[in-house]
Amino acid sequence: MTECKKALLAMGCPEVPVQTSIAIYLSHKLEAAGYDVTIAGTDAAVKLLKVADPDGYYVKKTADLDQLIADIVEKKVDFDLCFAFMHNDAGMTYGATFSAISRAKLYAVVFGRNAEAMAEEIEYPAEKIIAKAVHNPNPLKNKIDKVIL
Amino acid sequence: MSCIEQLKYKLYLERTSFKEAREYIEKNSEEVYYVDPGYKIFKDYYIIGAPPVAMGVRGKEMLFTYVKPCHGTFVMGIDSEEEINRLRENEKGKIKRSLKKGPKERTEPAPSSYDEIWRR
Repeated sequence: MTECKKALLAMGCPEVPVQTSIAIYLSHKLEAAGYDVTIAGTDAAVKLLKVADPDGYYVKKTADLDQLIADIVEKKVDFDLCFAFMHNDAGMTYGATFSAISRAKLYAVVFGRNAEAMAEEIEYPAEKIIAKAVHNPNPLKNKIDKVIL
Repeated sequence: MSCIEQLKYKLYLERTSFKEAREYIEKNSEEVYYVDPGYKIFKDYYIIGAPPVAMGVRGKEMLFTYVKPCHGTFVMGIDSEEEINRLRENEKGKIKRSLKKGPKERTEPAPSSYDEIWRR
């Protein structure tokens, strides 16, 4: 029996509304494509997901972002794909960290008001998914739909 | 929460960008070392950062970046001879590894005469 491929969604600060919505959507899309999905984030970001999906229909596995980084560095876990959500400098920095510590193919999901300018500053290897989305998730959803999984 | 927040620390920069925090450490440290993202300090904190990740030594204090997703990057200083010694040892290890790698990186044989040097 072949092992299921693993995908990580690494969320940033949940202050931009589209993040929670897109994380649930992407989790659904990846699971439909056969991936075992883990969504990592801050305590607040994970709570937003769990309240929105109380029966865990779309969100099956969650993790604390910093603990997950520790586990990847200690080689307890790793992934085939990593979608790093970023709309601020800290998110970009977490993306750079995942690029350095994980063997996963990295997708930089860049959103928010300054998405284009921020995406230009990404210097690490990553496929960029960029949309100037803050409240309306559709521009980012449409970009994600173009990514071949 | 990392144990760092329970240690006695000083904050030198708050809620800034990672680049500015790195520059602060480079300009305000007596010694600067560069580590990979994920470098572990104080038992349970794994450094978050975009390479090169600078860490500084100023007297008995180690300066480093601390990143929080909703609050940006902080430059923290904590007195720790143990961590400073570990940084220095890590640097020595890197130099030794690069010296060992040196001859293997050569792709062509060394020139055997001055004529050969001129021809190259």
